[in-house]
Formats: sequence, structure tokens, C-alpha cells
Amino acid sequence: MSDATAGGAPRADHLLVADMVSPGARVLDVGCGDGALLRLLAERRDVDGRGIELSQKGVNDCVAKGLSVIQGDADADLADYPADAFDYVILSQTIQATRNPRVVLETMLRVGRRAIVSFPNFGHWRVRAALALGGRMPVTQSLPVAWYETPNIHFCTIRDFVALADEVGATVERAHALGPGGARLGAAHLGFWNLFGAQAAFLLRRGR
Amino acid sequence: MNQISRREADDPRSQTLRLPADMPLALDAGVALAPLTIAYQTYGALNADRSNAVLVCHALTGDQHVANENPVTGKPGWWTTMVGPGLPIDTDRFFVICSNVVGGCMGTTGPASINPATGRAWGLDLPLVTIRDMVRAQAMLVDALGIETLFCVVGGSMGGMQVLQWAASYPGRVFSALPIASGARHTSQNIAFHEVGRQAVMADPDWDGGRYAERGLQPTKGLAVARMAAHVTYMSDTALQGRFGRNLQDRAAPTFSFDADFQVESYLRHQGTSFVERFDANSYLYVTRAMDYFDLAADYGGSLARAFAGSRTRFCVTSFTSDWLFPTSESRAVVHALNAGGASVSFVEIATDKGHDSFLLDVPDFLATTRGFVDAAARARGLPERGAR
Repeated sequence: MSDATAGGAPRADHLLVADMVSPGARVLDVGCGDGALLRLLAERRDVDGRGIELSQKGVNDCVAKGLSVIQGDADADLADYPADAFDYVILSQTIQATRNPRVVLETMLRVGRRAIVSFPNFGHWRVRAALALGGRMPVTQSLPVAWYETPNIHFCTIRDFVALADEVGATVERAHALGPGGARLGAAHLGFWNLFGAQAAFLLRRGR
Repeated sequence: MNQISRREADDPRSQTLRLPADMPLALDAGVALAPLTIAYQTYGALNADRSNAVLVCHALTGDQHVANENPVTGKPGWWTTMVGPGLPIDTDRFFVICSNVVGGCMGTTGPASINPATGRAWGLDLPLVTIRDMVRAQAMLVDALGIETLFCVVGGSMGGMQVLQWAASYPGRVFSALPIASGARHTSQNIAFHEVGRQAVMADPDWDGGRYAERGLQPTKGLAVARMAAHVTYMSDTALQGRFGRNLQDRAAPTFSFDADFQVESYLRHQGTSFVERFDANSYLYVTRAMDYFDLAADYGGSLARAFAGSRTRFCVTSFTSDWLFPTSESRAVVHALNAGGASVSFVEIATDKGHDSFLLDVPDFLATTRGFVDAAARARGLPERGAR
């Protein structure tokens, strides 16, 4: 079997997520795409991984690689899992594309003991500048698709996400922000992250 | 049934396991069936560890002739897209077994077989059989072949029901399971269509209360109608429309009669008449009934999740978008139960307009995902890679 890095180096946000997962855990990756993160987790964290993916091509790719993936989406199919079925439920770069992000996050925290959410930050200065100065919806490295074609219907900033986590009664255990080049931003100050983070990843625990 | 198929029912050109009277099959109906004959085919070679055996379960009117010429029809096996050298179920790597189901008419004990106690065909004296009975019989065959754990159990439609029953009844003996275009129960609509077919058979005067064989008769008209109705359920509206539309059959205009003016009528009549050549009418009653009685959750206190609780089998559930006989929702119910039971499950819904019969046809996405799943399961089982022999 080829390594998860066969198609190139692992993505920076995937490595960030992998850092948050303890070895040998039971993991559900919601919106797992072609399974790159699941394979990374299997190889580096020895997880028992499962996935949910909407696109048939994504599911086909995953199953062909030997991953346990079901066709479905976060809004419709997550609710069918029993409580505490997983140690971690991961939503990688997908929450902004769900119909009901709040319900999805609550369900993740029911199905998994912990939730890991990574997302593009709509508060990044380039986004703000595109909107404030250019007067156009931003098209950036993290948000590469024009507004009329994007599957992203619920954008949020890092501050917005922190507020949602608080609203659903979750505790932020760990958080990281990445700059546009994929480098981790050091200073753990929300305002700084919200301006200079192109994307962020949060590890949440159920309850306070 | 023509002459050839009648002979197959009792003296099949297949390998046979003939179990003695003191090794009966304990049926769900509460009686013991003995002596039992199981007709089967095998392909490929069993490895030294006995760890590469694949059991293929056939559908309602299928048989054990998966990948060889059918001795009755002279046509190729029914799953030559899936089973063979280099194919997803690779006979160069796996030892593939397929047996005719109990109640069938291709050599395994069924209503067309001779009841040794009377010297006549069993007919309706054969107790009703269930999917679980079919699976019990298969387990007896697998035992006799000296195989403890099957690497894979795979089948479509009624074959998929058997796959699910295997996983529930013998969880430790199934390493991986592929239920395709199937479900954990027969729906009300499924039962309704089967009842139409059975009533067509029984309304044929030549059926004669199921004793037609003794009088040298065949309820061919009734069975053909049953097959025609069933065949419609195997195809999608789009596929029928695309293939036949409203095209007329060898004529320029409608004849203002009840002749087969339309191509689709001619096609269905052909399906009906060729089916009766190879299939026993009573067998059709028994096997359709077995499908109707199938409700796996009911055997586990109404909870399908309980049927698979703690299962270590790797599942790959497949459905097809245009299959309205076993729609995706039925497969999803199985997937949800497997997830609830904590099982390892993949689920693929293949986009195709070919209807329920997609699993028998050349549907590249379906064959590719199946190949990927089987290869990954083989690696997990420690079997050599494809082409490594």
C-alpha cells in the first residue's frame, strides 16, 4: 500500500488535525473527500477510521483504497450514529458547506466525545480587504471559488466559531490558526488569529 | 422446465454434496429436511490456510453456474462481469463457491427434486424454506469443504439477503460481506409483486395444485406471466423507455389487435417463454416465498442493529440509484444498523439507469468499487496481492 504522502506532502491543515488525535482512537471523518486525512490518521495515529462523503467519486476513491466510507452528508446522516460511537468526529473544511452548522456541531459532540473542526477564516484580512476596499466577494487561496459557484453557504470567522462553540456548550481544548502559506501562527490571541489566520482548527470537548 | 432442466433438478451436472438422512437440514418451518442434496460449482483453488474462500449467493432465479456455461441454457454464467480471472472476484486469487439454494431447481433439494420417500417430485410436500434455511444449507456445504471462515460472502438481491443472514447468523465465519441491491427485509411492495407472480402460476389450470409434474404438464402460461411482471420490476422506467420507447415490433402501424405490437411486449413475452424452459413453477413459488418471509430485524427483537451487534465483519453495502425494487433507502437502513452496531461499513450508491439488474450488468463504477473493497479486505486478511501468484 502506498503512503498517504504519495500524492505529495500531507496538507498543513491535515497535519494540524492529526496532531489533535490521540493514537489508536476511533475516528469519524465527516466529508472525508478522497480519504487523504483518514489515511494520514491511519498511518500516523493508527486510528480506527470511518468516513462520510457526499460525492460518489470521493466514496469510490476511498473504498477503492480500502477505507470504510459511506455515502452521505453531515446534515442528513450524522444523526443516525449512536451517542459516543467515536472518540473524535472530524469536520475538515466542511462546516461552512453544511445547511445547519449548529445542529451538525451539536450532533458531532453527541456522536463523538470530542469534535475537531477546521474551516477557512472569513475574518482574514485579505477577505476583509476584498470586501471593504474592492467591494467584491473574496476569492482567496482558502476560498478559491466565486460566490455563485461556491458550495460554502455558511461562512464564519474564527471569532464566530468560538461563539458557536460556546453557544452549544462545548469547551475549546486546543486551537490552531494557519497563515496563508500553511505556517502555524504562534501568538494565541483571537484577534490576531482572526485577522491573520487563513484557516483554523479547533478541538472541542462536550460540556464545560 | 424442458427435458434438460428437469434432469438438472434431480441429477445435476454440478458437484453435489449428498447429506445422509441422519444429517438433516433443520428448517425454520420446524421440520427436518432429509436427505438433502446441495448442488454447487467452485472456481479457483483453496489455499493452504483455507483463508481465500468466497461464497457467492445467487438471486431468485439464479443458480450455481456463476462463471461457467449454463448447462440448461448454454449461455455464459450469470456473473461473468464480476467473477473470473482478473475480475473483482478474482478466481486466480480466490476459491469461489456458489451453491443452488434450497428450494431451487438446479440440483439442490427443491420441489422439482425426487422425494426418495415417495419416488415422486416433492411438489408442495416440500416444507416451506426461508433465507435462513438456505444459509444453513450453505453453512453445511462450507463445513463439508473444510472451510471455517469465508473470506467474503457476496450476492445481489436475494443473494444480498443471504449475505446479511450469513453475517448475522455466523459473524465469526464471515471476514467480509458484500450485500448488493438488497435489503434486510422484503417490503410490502416486494411481497405484492411476488404475490401477483404466484397467483399467475396458481391460476394456470396446468399447475394442478402443484402436481403438474406427475401428469407431465407445466404451468407455462402462468409462470411466463409471473416472469413478465417480475422482469418489469428489475428494470428502470428510463431503461425501458430508452431501449424500447413506443417502438413497434416488425410492423409499420398498430394492428388493432392484442398481438405484440410494441417491442416492449415482444421483449417481455420472450422473457416469459424462455424462463419457463429453465425454471420450475413450484420452485418459483417456494423461493419467492422465502424472500417474502425475510425480515432480519424481526429475528432480533425488531432491532436490525442487534443482528449485527459487535460484528467484526467488514461490510460494503451497494445500491443503485434507479433500483426501485430494492431502493437505496433499504440499503441505508442496513448501513444505519451496521453503524449503530459499530461495524466497519462502506456504503456506495452507484448512479446508473439500469435498475435493479445493475448488479448483473457491466456498470464500471460498481465493478471498480467492489474491486477496491475486495482488494483492501484481501490485504487485511493477509492474502497475496492481485497478480502476485
